[in-house]
Amino acid sequence: MPRDMPEQEKGVTQTVSPADSTAATRKPSAKEREWEKKTLQPTLEKSPERLPDFTTVSGHSIRRLYTEADLTGWDKERELGHPGEPPYTRGIHATMYRGRLWTMRQFAGFGTAEDTNQRFRYLLARGQTGLSVAFDLPTLMGYDSDHPLSEGEVGKCGVAISSLADMEVLFDKIPLGNVTTSMTINSPAAVVWAMYLAVAEKQGADWKTISGTIQNDILKEYIAQKEYIYPPEPSMRLVIDTFEFGVKHTPKFNSISISGYHIREAGSTAIQELAFTLRDGMEYVEWGLRRGMDVNDFFEEIAKYRAARRIWQKAVRERYKSQNPRSWALRFHSQTAGCSLTAQQPYNNVVRTAIQALAAVLGGTQSLHTNSLDEAWALPTEFAATIALRTQQILAHETGVTNTVDPLGGSYFVEALTNEVERGAWEYVERIDAMGGMVPAIERGYPQREIAEASYRYQLALDHKEKIIVGVNEYAADEKPLEILQIDETVAHRQAGRLRKLRAERSKEEVARRLNALRRAAEGKENLMPPIYEAVKAYATLGEICDAMRDVFGTYEEVAIT
Amino acid sequence: MPEKKIRVLIAKPGLDGHDRGAKVIARALRDAGMEVIYTGLRQTPEMIASAAVQEDVDVIGLSILSGAHNTICPQLMSLLREKGMSDVTVLVGGIIPAADIPALKQAGIAEIFLPGTSTQEIVEFIHKRVAARG
Repeated sequence: MPRDMPEQEKGVTQTVSPADSTAATRKPSAKEREWEKKTLQPTLEKSPERLPDFTTVSGHSIRRLYTEADLTGWDKERELGHPGEPPYTRGIHATMYRGRLWTMRQFAGFGTAEDTNQRFRYLLARGQTGLSVAFDLPTLMGYDSDHPLSEGEVGKCGVAISSLADMEVLFDKIPLGNVTTSMTINSPAAVVWAMYLAVAEKQGADWKTISGTIQNDILKEYIAQKEYIYPPEPSMRLVIDTFEFGVKHTPKFNSISISGYHIREAGSTAIQELAFTLRDGMEYVEWGLRRGMDVNDFFEEIAKYRAARRIWQKAVRERYKSQNPRSWALRFHSQTAGCSLTAQQPYNNVVRTAIQALAAVLGGTQSLHTNSLDEAWALPTEFAATIALRTQQILAHETGVTNTVDPLGGSYFVEALTNEVERGAWEYVERIDAMGGMVPAIERGYPQREIAEASYRYQLALDHKEKIIVGVNEYAADEKPLEILQIDETVAHRQAGRLRKLRAERSKEEVARRLNALRRAAEGKENLMPPIYEAVKAYATLGEICDAMRDVFGTYEEVAIT
Repeated sequence: MPEKKIRVLIAKPGLDGHDRGAKVIARALRDAGMEVIYTGLRQTPEMIASAAVQEDVDVIGLSILSGAHNTICPQLMSLLREKGMSDVTVLVGGIIPAADIPALKQAGIAEIFLPGTSTQEIVEFIHKRVAARG
């Protein structure tokens, strides 16, 4: 719980601005009051300010000036501390980027496994330091490329992966022992991860040393991105099964990466993003604890900067009584905001992305993806993807931002805002606790409704030009269309051909036997990773494996909230 | 005679779950006085056409961000024709490359709204269109 939260402030709505919630108790110094009278007032009389209220993109009011009066009760040892020590506000390493730069990890995937393999090798050759796989919608939903519902979607939003055979092509000539790979996959995460592990085994890489991350964050699928297959309970079982399997067999591999990105993209405010994401994290911890695991191994990248690190260390140490400092420090991957990219005047997106990437670096991220300028239209071309990578390299090597740890630490504004964000997030956490945790909250549609509300308010602010987006609702201009990456239906045909061949060549009996074993395991309580792995190795397809579990778990339908 | 409310079906076809746009539009059209039915996620063209008949709507709004528009839109339009619903106005919102727009209009899509369109523009378009049809 936030230590300094006065009773009367509990239960205020989250949209109350940081400035508002402290205005009543704010006590400016005599010097500040004198400045207001002598310098500020005459200025305001001569030339009024441009807007009656200045707000953040999430709609929080911002004061004209922040001074020490905005940090009353703020203890620099307690709230700020030192880098590499709790509460980790200033970063999780003592030397931060002076020691090691962040991992430059560009999310990529389109077309067939061959197409994406080629892009991976292109990016690695240009200095990218980690891989990140984007899968197409059928893969994310656990359908093979030749399923009727996959029509028109194969290879469009990412790479099409229907079986181990595709995965072998995806990582052809990329040694998994030397590269770390992040895979954005959730509902079928266990199956896709099993395919990755099988490729690693075939390459002769040691499971004990290979490293990477699967997203595997199913709760935010129900909240925001909506790529779910099974109901919440069996989905959570699969998540915890992968945790257990990872702890035992792949100690360097992160079996979850809790993600705020999709919650924000769905239209949430920054506080909602932080609160729902961290509360999701706590939910996984609680399910893991119930399975008899300890809070020590499975946390890697999650989002949201200085307040996030402070909240997380407080939750893990005080709420879950963890003794392991490694679990106290919140490490995260950042991605610049896809929803901030404009289809209009797309070259402006290079500037937007550079500024957002700078924010992530100033927030102390461990790994970063920068969006490409053409992503409001399509998956990036090689040209656009290269500029996005170069943006990170310029930040790292030309700006000087990496020369000191937490350059903004101690800024009145940044520290006051960090406090307010933390306070707002804890209020949401308490509300979700009161509902019995994140799964019941999702079933009641609570986070979904809060996000829908915030995104509608933001749209109205754009419609009324209270918020300006350059080139969209102001400074619009005619322009010629951008050259974009085209993915046509030949991808689907190539995939269908490969699946036909696979089904003809593999052992039908072996596949049936492995799928039956998986079905039986799903009916019981045992860990599902081993039977999934065996099915993958027999070249059962993603769709067949997910169907075997659909037979037992059923599927989830949400009640649509508008 | 009291003016009949314009009936709109907002549909999210395909496997994509990004429903922010669909929900914002559903809400904006409702606030503009229209009767809005939102289908929810992952609707096939068959499901959308049947819902349109059942709900007797004047307008269908499709939200498509995944690149599947060239497959979905022509399928839906031919199903609507089969069901005698060719007078319904079909709108598409989402990420549609400029090169694909002529073919979609050819297939009978009345208008395509790209990212950055204000909700008022869409409301006004629907009012004009429905008024013109009488």
